[in-house]
Amino acid sequence: MFIESRLKIFFQWVSDHSALMIIIVLAIIPFLLPYEALATQMIIWGLLALGYNILYGYTGLLSFGHAAYFGLGAYTTGIVLIRTHCSLLAGIGAGVLVSCIGATVIGFFCLRRRGIYFALLTMAFAQMLYFTASIWESLTGGEPGLRNIPHPPLEIPGLFSLNIYTPLRFYFFVWACVVVSLLLLNRILESPFGKVLQGIRENEKRAKALGYNTNQIKWLSFILSGTFSGLAGALHTLYIHFVGLEQLYWETSGKILLMTLLGGPGTFFGPFIGAGAFLYLEDIISGFTQYWMIVLGPIFVLCVLFFPQGIWGTIRHWTDQYKEAGMKRG
Amino acid sequence: MFGIPVNMLIFQIFTGVVLGMIFILLAIGLSLIFGLLTVVNFAHGAFYMWGAYVALLCMGYFGNFWVGLMIVPLVTGAVGMAIEYLLVRRLYGLNPDYPLLLTFGISLTMIEAIRILFGTTGYPFNAPVFLQQSVNFFNLFSFPLYRIFVILVTAVIIFSLWLFLEKTNVGLIIRGGTRDSEMVRVLGIDISKIWLMVFGIGTGLAGLAGILAAPMRGVYPEMGVAMLVECFVVTVIGGMGSLKGAVISGLLLGQVVSLTSLFRPEMSNIVIFIAMAVVLLIKPSGLFGISGLLE
Repeated sequence: MFIESRLKIFFQWVSDHSALMIIIVLAIIPFLLPYEALATQMIIWGLLALGYNILYGYTGLLSFGHAAYFGLGAYTTGIVLIRTHCSLLAGIGAGVLVSCIGATVIGFFCLRRRGIYFALLTMAFAQMLYFTASIWESLTGGEPGLRNIPHPPLEIPGLFSLNIYTPLRFYFFVWACVVVSLLLLNRILESPFGKVLQGIRENEKRAKALGYNTNQIKWLSFILSGTFSGLAGALHTLYIHFVGLEQLYWETSGKILLMTLLGGPGTFFGPFIGAGAFLYLEDIISGFTQYWMIVLGPIFVLCVLFFPQGIWGTIRHWTDQYKEAGMKRG
Repeated sequence: MFGIPVNMLIFQIFTGVVLGMIFILLAIGLSLIFGLLTVVNFAHGAFYMWGAYVALLCMGYFGNFWVGLMIVPLVTGAVGMAIEYLLVRRLYGLNPDYPLLLTFGISLTMIEAIRILFGTTGYPFNAPVFLQQSVNFFNLFSFPLYRIFVILVTAVIIFSLWLFLEKTNVGLIIRGGTRDSEMVRVLGIDISKIWLMVFGIGTGLAGLAGILAAPMRGVYPEMGVAMLVECFVVTVIGGMGSLKGAVISGLLLGQVVSLTSLFRPEMSNIVIFIAMAVVLLIKPSGLFGISGLLE
């Protein structure tokens, strides 16, 4: 009984301080994993899934084209850094801005249709960007990808300048970006606006009947989601100093979706757990075989069939049941 | 016209018709499955690819294209039915996003399985010898005989599918089920058998498209991916669940792609999406879509 109540208190505390929990856990993981690069990858993809989760998990809109904003952020940051040799933060800012604009335009078109058509439209637009990037070689480097991206230091002119390109320093640079995004996102999702998003997911007609302009709110959610994904893209560019064409490919969109689904759509922890589990699995399996999709595909199928709530969603479901059972007994 | 010889223009229009036919074969399957089962089959491109690989195997065993043409739709149709029966069926009645995600996972698995079994590089695929010639029209332009054959086969299939849907009892049930599957069930019809059949027909047609396209486009594991996205565009423009929409929009987009690759080759992959954006702005439900279906 003692352990039971402790467990209950623990889970309660975790869900009350979700943002703080992620921040702490993410600060520890680079020391737990075999190498920091894996942790950096996890946290960047986690941020991407976090952005995606705004749209899919919270608003209930299935996008199949988030590679577009990831790629837009990545390419813009890379291109701006190469062409203008501007500062690091300006490069990231440019990437975020362009993916925000991209999401605004694409979102406008995609939100003209709902349901399945919406998913297909987002996918079609992402593929359009993919083909555009592949033929616009002078700008994007085409098939071989964008190379020779400089390593600008993190600096505020006149104040300080820091080389962040050691594995651990870079991890904590990304961590800082994630922390800022998390706090921002936490604020947004807990606001009335965030509640309306979830209201739209549960029943759009009712939200409309309550007087909300659901189209505009969905558009805003789309833009927010794309912007955070763009930030992830910008960080990814700084991380590998390269932008590959496959970042815009539809398999990337599928990967983002799978991570979110694996972790638990519509939950605050889900995206990070999903990205972490996915990349850790990839790391292990690709040690045995290069064909790791043959493992990934069935996992995806099983997830959809048996755990549509994802890892965190299922854990939460269990603890909820546990709590209820406890209440009945007590 | 525009500095391009007329015979080249006509040849390109003809190529567009052939491409349109492949689009139609895939889009009809997608559209039928979506209309009746409300499943967006993300594995459709993978079935198309499997069709081409099964054809490759048939060529290896029997050395005969025609045997392949018979066997391929049966094999991909059977695989499709198995998948519907074992997996997709569990998700009916839930959010339509789930079957989409499920078929996406299936498609990843199917593509990777082919990469493991046949390697990641492609294979050439030869058309039957007597179809490798060209037909000359008025000494002006000559068309490869194989492509004419593709047009004829597809036309026959579209026509028989139309007959099947419009003139038979089963077709009537399918059309009724597309409108309102609950009502069909209330009338005492076991619609789950019809679901199985329609999934089989759709994936069988995808396999047939695969073998027909193989001699023109080669055989490689990712051949279905780009095709799938293009067929989604075809169905979005034509309107999901509409046979007429799939046929007209398939032919239309075949022309759009083919003519663009004549005038601005670098734009040929992008133009299809521009066409889609334009259609959606003007007519959001697609050209022949049943508005409100699954929105």
